[in-house]
Amino acid sequence: MSITGESFSYVAELVRRRSGIVLESGKEYLVEGRLLPLARAAAADDVDAYLRALRTAPHPARLELVVDALTTNETSWFRDAQPFQALVEHVVPEVRRLAEPGPLRVWSAACSSGQEPYSIAMALADVVPAGKLEILATDLSAEMLERARAARYSQLEVNRGLPATMLVRHFARVGADWEVAPALRNQVTFRRHNLLELPPPGGPFDVVFLRNVLIYFDLATKQDVLRRVQRAMRPGGYLVLGAAETTLGIDDTWERVPVGRGAVYRHEARRAA
Amino acid sequence: MRALVIDDSRTMRRIIAGILRPLGFDTVEAADGQEALDALEDGLDVELACIDWNMPNLDGLGFVTAVRKDGRWRDVTLMMITTESEQGQIVRALAAGAHEYVIKPFTPDAIRDKLQLLGLVGLQESA
Repeated sequence: MSITGESFSYVAELVRRRSGIVLESGKEYLVEGRLLPLARAAAADDVDAYLRALRTAPHPARLELVVDALTTNETSWFRDAQPFQALVEHVVPEVRRLAEPGPLRVWSAACSSGQEPYSIAMALADVVPAGKLEILATDLSAEMLERARAARYSQLEVNRGLPATMLVRHFARVGADWEVAPALRNQVTFRRHNLLELPPPGGPFDVVFLRNVLIYFDLATKQDVLRRVQRAMRPGGYLVLGAAETTLGIDDTWERVPVGRGAVYRHEARRAA
Repeated sequence: MRALVIDDSRTMRRIIAGILRPLGFDTVEAADGQEALDALEDGLDVELACIDWNMPNLDGLGFVTAVRKDGRWRDVTLMMITTESEQGQIVRALAAGAHEYVIKPFTPDAIRDKLQLLGLVGLQESA
């Protein structure tokens, strides 16, 4: 499964012209991964077919969607909503049943500017008793970690996907910005980490959020990253991937567990009896 | 689905209506809370009301309070869209019965996100 060179050149040129971001050859998988949801939404057979249709009728709004999909460093709260619902309704009850009564350990990998780990903490605020939740949030970018640690978000940022009830409960107004409350911040530890290196300390983890990260890697690297993540997890723990991602076809030792509209993943070799 | 857009700024009503229509809403506009309440009294049926706070005659908070008092409009989803950004104000609006709260300025995505939270717009897969 890959896109043609012609499709790739077209997208790379479009993105370069509109955003200045250069997609070098070798990034075909990224283009395909990011555009697959758009292709599906347009009922195209695949990304190539979607791009062929786009070139025939390059509607400005659609071109915009393509550029956004490839350049936006998505930072919504409760992004996609579904994983957080799955976390509360299925994953946490399940791992709590299996695990010893220690703290629940969650790893938010590639946490960007912090919306994901704080969203996890908010989602679990009424589910896991205070002091029983440890969230490790990692990112490759020191700049992103700095922002995440500061826990301060603009008005525009808090408008994105954050329910108003959560905003007033878990944030305090600081000037024109909003700051995450200390009770929530205390549950999250930030650390710089490269997914291609040894897993970070703080495990073993009951739950790992690794969303919209694998799409950046080629197949061999995807497999390598999944192996490393699996070794950092507790038996019976759950892996949460992005809405358009799956372990299927990458590493079939993971079991896909459908939950609601989406799915989470559990490693078969380490599933608790 | 139909949405009532309540704002004393005609430009703002046009912006909000322009965001709602591609999301599948027919829009009806009202220039203040009283005009909106009158429209509902006259039998206008809406699923959603987007409500500014500061308006003449009847303000947004007054409108929310009046709508929540009347069982006929139990199913109307109420979303404040306002420059009022004090924490206490947001709490007041939610306590009065507003379901969601968007602070101006906002992007079209912010409105779509909130409507998804409210279950009025389907979740799209996003890359």
